[in-house]
Amino acid sequence: MARAISPRKKLMWTALAWGFGLLIFFPILWTFLTSFKAESTAISDPPVWFFFDWTVQNYHDVLERSNYPLALMNSIIIAVGSTLLGIVIAVPAAWAMAFVPGDRTKDVLLWMLSTKMLPAVGVLYPLVLIAKYFGVMDSRLLLVVVLMLINLPIIVWMLYTYFREIPGEILEASRMDGASLKNEILYVLTPMALPGIASTILLNVILAWNEAFWTILLTTVDAAPLTKFIASFSAPEGLFYAKLSAASIMAIAPILIMGWFSQKQLVRGLTFGAVK
Amino acid sequence: MNMKQLLLTSAVGFGLSAGIAAADGTTITIATVNNGDMIRMQGLTEDFNAKHPDITVEWVTLEENVLRQNLTTDISTGGGAYDVMTIGTYEVPIWANNGWLVSLNEGMADDFNKDDLLPAIAGGLTVDGELYASPFYGESSMVMYRTDLMEKAGLEMPDAPTWTFIREAAAAMTDRENDINGICARGKAGWGENGAFLTAMSNSFGARWFDEEWNAQFDSPEWADTLNFYLGMMNESGPAGAANNGFNENLTLFQQGKCGMWIDATVAASFVTGADSTVADKVGFALAPDNGLGKRGNWLWAWSLAIPSSSEKQDAAKTFISWATGPAYAELVAGNEGWANVPPGTRTSLYENADYLAAAPFAQMTLDSILSADPTNPTVKPVPYTGVQFVAIPEFAGIANQVGQQFSDALAGNQTAEEALAKAQALTTEEMEAAGY
Repeated sequence: MARAISPRKKLMWTALAWGFGLLIFFPILWTFLTSFKAESTAISDPPVWFFFDWTVQNYHDVLERSNYPLALMNSIIIAVGSTLLGIVIAVPAAWAMAFVPGDRTKDVLLWMLSTKMLPAVGVLYPLVLIAKYFGVMDSRLLLVVVLMLINLPIIVWMLYTYFREIPGEILEASRMDGASLKNEILYVLTPMALPGIASTILLNVILAWNEAFWTILLTTVDAAPLTKFIASFSAPEGLFYAKLSAASIMAIAPILIMGWFSQKQLVRGLTFGAVK
Repeated sequence: MNMKQLLLTSAVGFGLSAGIAAADGTTITIATVNNGDMIRMQGLTEDFNAKHPDITVEWVTLEENVLRQNLTTDISTGGGAYDVMTIGTYEVPIWANNGWLVSLNEGMADDFNKDDLLPAIAGGLTVDGELYASPFYGESSMVMYRTDLMEKAGLEMPDAPTWTFIREAAAAMTDRENDINGICARGKAGWGENGAFLTAMSNSFGARWFDEEWNAQFDSPEWADTLNFYLGMMNESGPAGAANNGFNENLTLFQQGKCGMWIDATVAASFVTGADSTVADKVGFALAPDNGLGKRGNWLWAWSLAIPSSSEKQDAAKTFISWATGPAYAELVAGNEGWANVPPGTRTSLYENADYLAAAPFAQMTLDSILSADPTNPTVKPVPYTGVQFVAIPEFAGIANQVGQQFSDALAGNQTAEEALAKAQALTTEEMEAAGY
């Protein structure tokens, strides 16, 4: 039986939850509002909330000045490509660690995670020189590989946690029925871990979408994604907040919409584990 | 499809899509900052295309610090991703000495006319007689003031004011009840923010960053005078929260009528007299203040176009720079957007043009400010470095960011001027020793 909650308490919690939600959402709302203001209105003090001359001029200027479709396409290819490539590599790795752990599995897992603590700038020059040697600077291929490598520890860790929830006996049973290793992973493990794999994919697409160190430094024009697109709208001398806001809204809109549609999947995958 | 095939196909796919952009003819990639004049140049690319149909131009516009990071990575690894880069007066001598830039003495278009460049600006871009970057627009700093408030205070701004006058005028113009601050100046930490303002100001107080032996000089009485004067004036007549104000914040305050005076870049003149300003018709200009020691508190800066030595398309790049920074470009902008929008501060001929002088009321003061700065001899006492509001050594940006932080903390009231200077002295000495000076 559900516990009875007093209406007053319920109201309080609801108000608190709404307040907290709005607080977190506020920067996006403010960016959205600013993107429809004139530059001088955008920085007015006291700030103007809703009653100003709404204009789409900023969006018009942003579209005119930069190649948004190319940046969007690059972001999609880089984010999705690096995540899928990571999944292809991480599924067998996580399988091995979850179901046939060795003496050093825990150490390997921790070591993988420790690579995330390395300051990115420390490997900037080696990576640029390698990329130059292979002639892949400013290519999507390079970013797919680099972002895959950066996110791989997280992908392996997440998949490992989900796989651990799956009883090893089920895999054993499939083996008894004569399934090969490949078939075991593809047809038995993967379908069972699908919610976990889906939320891993979603989270890593978001991480790769927002990555703004490598994507800016390793690209010039051809492979430049939305992060570089945003970086072009800030100015040292002159007003830029409204245009920057418009560019930001255009850059986050696709991932925001994807997040809304897959919210349930994302929350369930992150909080409940794989097969509960 | 097995996994190997999948990987191979996707790799080939990405490789192909990356290669598509390589077109026929010469394509040059230009890296630039997001400033009004640069955006205008981007908009005028069609004119260049019409004159040079064999050269395609690709633009990469970036925020100033991101641009620096991108360019230094590319140029120091010989990446060759950019053919023309927009760099500041600080970088040019350092990068030229590293052999990273191509000399522009030869190979420019016939009408480029190098001798027409303003000597003060060109001097900062020249190393051993070779011009390594061509200025796109130049700036100094000056006093912008409200003529109505000055009149109300019963004062008259001289063309060349002293710091004492500025401080007194600021106090007289301040009207806290009506949210009017007598003086607005940079307080935000950063070598290009309060670092630039205070270094230029210190020149007029007889201070210097280093003596001839590269010893830090923050323990000198001249620096104590500079910082105490600055803090005193800002506390008396500056806006609340001044320690967070950079160029854009002060611009906003001035445009909204909340500053009596603002000492900052000459390029701001067109903003405070422009359409976004509520005080556009009440602005006067004066030279940056001095203390009668022979140096004024104004800086010198230019955004210039340079060619990295790693570029494989140097001829096309020179053609572009000749177009963008040549004398004909001013007329192109004037024809499209009016004379007031021509990039200022680079060529003598512009300041001899009657149409320009008529359209830009700030033209003469900009020119006088630029000409009164001398990057090769910036201070009262002798120094081993060039640069007015910076020291042209690679270590400077890092050190000045930290020093600027100390000064900004002092303005915020977290420490005294003496504490800030002592810390600045210690950290500068340590960094310079570590760098081998």
